[in-house]
Amino acid sequence: MCLAVPVKVVSIEGIEAEVEIGGVKRRVSIMLTPEARVSDYVLLHTGYAINVIDEAEALETLKILEEMASLDEVH
Amino acid sequence: MNDEIILLAHGSGSRLSHELIEKNFLPSLANPLLAKLDDSAVFDLSGRLAFTTDSYVVSPIFFPGGDIGKLAVCGTINDLAMSGAVPLYLSLSFIIEEGLTLGELKKVVSSIKAAAEEAGVKIVTGDTKVVNRGSADKLFINTSGIGIVPEGIDISGVNAKVGDKVILSGNIGDHGIAVMSQREGLKFSVPVQSDCAPLNKLVSQMLEASSQIHCMRDPTRGGLATTLNELARQSKIGIRIEEETIPVHDGVRAACELLGFDPLYVANEGKLIAIVAPGDAEKILARMKRNRYGAGASIIGEVTDEHKGKVIMRTRLGASRIVDMLSGELLPRIC
Amino acid sequence: MKFIDEYRDVELAKKLVSRIKQLSTRPTRLMEFCGGHTVSIMRNGIRQLLPPTVEMLSGPGCPVCVTANADIDKAIALAHLPDVIITTFGDMMKVPGSYSSLQQARAGEADIRIVYSTQDALQIARDNPAQSVIFIGIGFETTAPTIAASILLAEKEGIKNFYVLCLSKLCPPIMKAILDLGELKLDGIVCPGHVSAIIGSRPYDFIPRDYGVACVVSGFEPLDILQSVAMLVEQIESGKPTVEIAYRRVVNLEGNKTALELMDSVFQVGSADWRGIGVVPASGLKLRKKFERFDAEQAFSVTLKPAREAKGCICGDILRGVKTPDDCKLFRKVCSPEHPVGPCMVSSEGSCSAYYQYGTDYE
Repeated sequence: MCLAVPVKVVSIEGIEAEVEIGGVKRRVSIMLTPEARVSDYVLLHTGYAINVIDEAEALETLKILEEMASLDEVH
Repeated sequence: MNDEIILLAHGSGSRLSHELIEKNFLPSLANPLLAKLDDSAVFDLSGRLAFTTDSYVVSPIFFPGGDIGKLAVCGTINDLAMSGAVPLYLSLSFIIEEGLTLGELKKVVSSIKAAAEEAGVKIVTGDTKVVNRGSADKLFINTSGIGIVPEGIDISGVNAKVGDKVILSGNIGDHGIAVMSQREGLKFSVPVQSDCAPLNKLVSQMLEASSQIHCMRDPTRGGLATTLNELARQSKIGIRIEEETIPVHDGVRAACELLGFDPLYVANEGKLIAIVAPGDAEKILARMKRNRYGAGASIIGEVTDEHKGKVIMRTRLGASRIVDMLSGELLPRIC
Repeated sequence: MKFIDEYRDVELAKKLVSRIKQLSTRPTRLMEFCGGHTVSIMRNGIRQLLPPTVEMLSGPGCPVCVTANADIDKAIALAHLPDVIITTFGDMMKVPGSYSSLQQARAGEADIRIVYSTQDALQIARDNPAQSVIFIGIGFETTAPTIAASILLAEKEGIKNFYVLCLSKLCPPIMKAILDLGELKLDGIVCPGHVSAIIGSRPYDFIPRDYGVACVVSGFEPLDILQSVAMLVEQIESGKPTVEIAYRRVVNLEGNKTALELMDSVFQVGSADWRGIGVVPASGLKLRKKFERFDAEQAFSVTLKPAREAKGCICGDILRGVKTPDDCKLFRKVCSPEHPVGPCMVSSEGSCSAYYQYGTDYE
């Protein structure tokens, strides 16, 4: 459930932020993520940012995926 | 003056009606047949005729890249073009909701004029009715169109043959997303415009390049998926498409992610699908790319004798899945 | 699109599939509890790519599908009240209740508007002060904080005509209920990704501890799902079930504290009626006394005809994973997206809809 999409924070005004993905922009609420900053990526669900995306973890995940994938090549 | 609103009286055949037509419609859409203001347009025509009709009820009536007027003209021209016909004459009927401003109406008429001029068609007869507030959503337009199908052309949904290639003329989903982004309750700012465009000249050029075009259809409501399914059913063949070859504008992709849409089901108003003999596919493609409305064209699949009546897509991951018709409305979702 | 495209890499996907094939030596039954996962699995044809030892079942993860008929009937009844505007997510429109649907009600006289966000619903309330705007509050823990936020905003602004029909449900209790039913022997669970962004992964600790079932919190892109399947298979093959987070860019152990606090200030836990399962204690959210005036059920009285299930519909069994759509006598013959008998065929995340649209293994 729960369609949520990673979007970039472009500007912040109080409890609202302007976010962008692929050129699509929308004003959303950051009531649930008051720690969000401009240039952060947040997960957008029904017009609210529900979490700030951890870029370091994202890169780490890609690394883990590459490692997992190369384990198979030994055989 | 543009704030002036349309009243019931403007549709009643009264002096106000005549004023509306003579001051606003005629000057924009002027041509000898329309100017006569007879009850019907009378003209000579010989050959195989193509005849189509459509009603336009889009809401909102103005959207990025167009409006209901442009849509009405292009939609009807394209229906004729999809049979290989050269579009010639259109009829134009307005059903106006009392309260629409004259300014809005003039804008629509101006779009109609521009679209008709680009396509080289004439609007030769029309009608105007005004209904009570609440009985129409600002403006409804009905059009019908007549064209001539050149000799030797036989394009129909039943003509697809096994081995044929499927060509798509460009990006999918632009129109549907442009309109949806303006709806109350859903507003987004999107970097896409409706792709609404008259395709008759593109089609003429394609027909010059090859006589082996078996089917053509424009993927309007229901999107690419629904139209391909219609063709598969009509011709009683299967269609196989490759996900990777289907062009989608980044903005459309992003908007679809946000709303939970699949671009395959989003409406287009300036695109066509052509099913053509495999030997001529590259030639037709090359010709299409030289036209601004075919610049993004690509071969997206082929006709097979397996899974007749169905459309199968090979996903980027290499798995195959069924692409069904759209059932019911395309609704945004949270899940 | 950043944080999306990287997780759709075809070459990596193929390699992950090989890895899973290597790891999996015994029959393994996994259940996904999130409709979004069901859709992603079907849309990408992931079942086709997995080895025959790995079986994937769909659980009750679609908030629309698990909404009981009686609750849908309530929403429709509210829609028919005078001076009421119903605002709802698109998902609810076509779902059949006992006698009708919101879509059919809209074709009648009811004023029903689709919104993308509770913020849009609140705006409609501001724009229509003479009317009562009722928001149909479905969803799980991902959506509940957004409903809480809108109520807090309405309170702050003194908006008097905004109401919510509280139908929010909770995931960990329903996972427990399914495990307790014991109808299926599950080896692993693909845990919901976005619910977990809010609640963290700790709420699932009881699953490996009390039931010996492996858990991985998964993202939604093809690589995310394949990664999670690989991690689950690894846990299961090693005999060491635990809770792992694969979706680490978005999920952590504790969840989103702000969201959880907001939810807690507005809602309290109560029992909820789940289609196919019945009333489950402490599995849904109700408004706290302080915010009772926003409760549509208390503010408006409607008389309902007795709720009833459509004859022959086995949505309940499908939601619990004990039957698949192919087992249903109505599937495709009578029940289709155009003429849905039950919600599993309507919701884009319902198993029946996913099976119908994307086909069972097609090659």
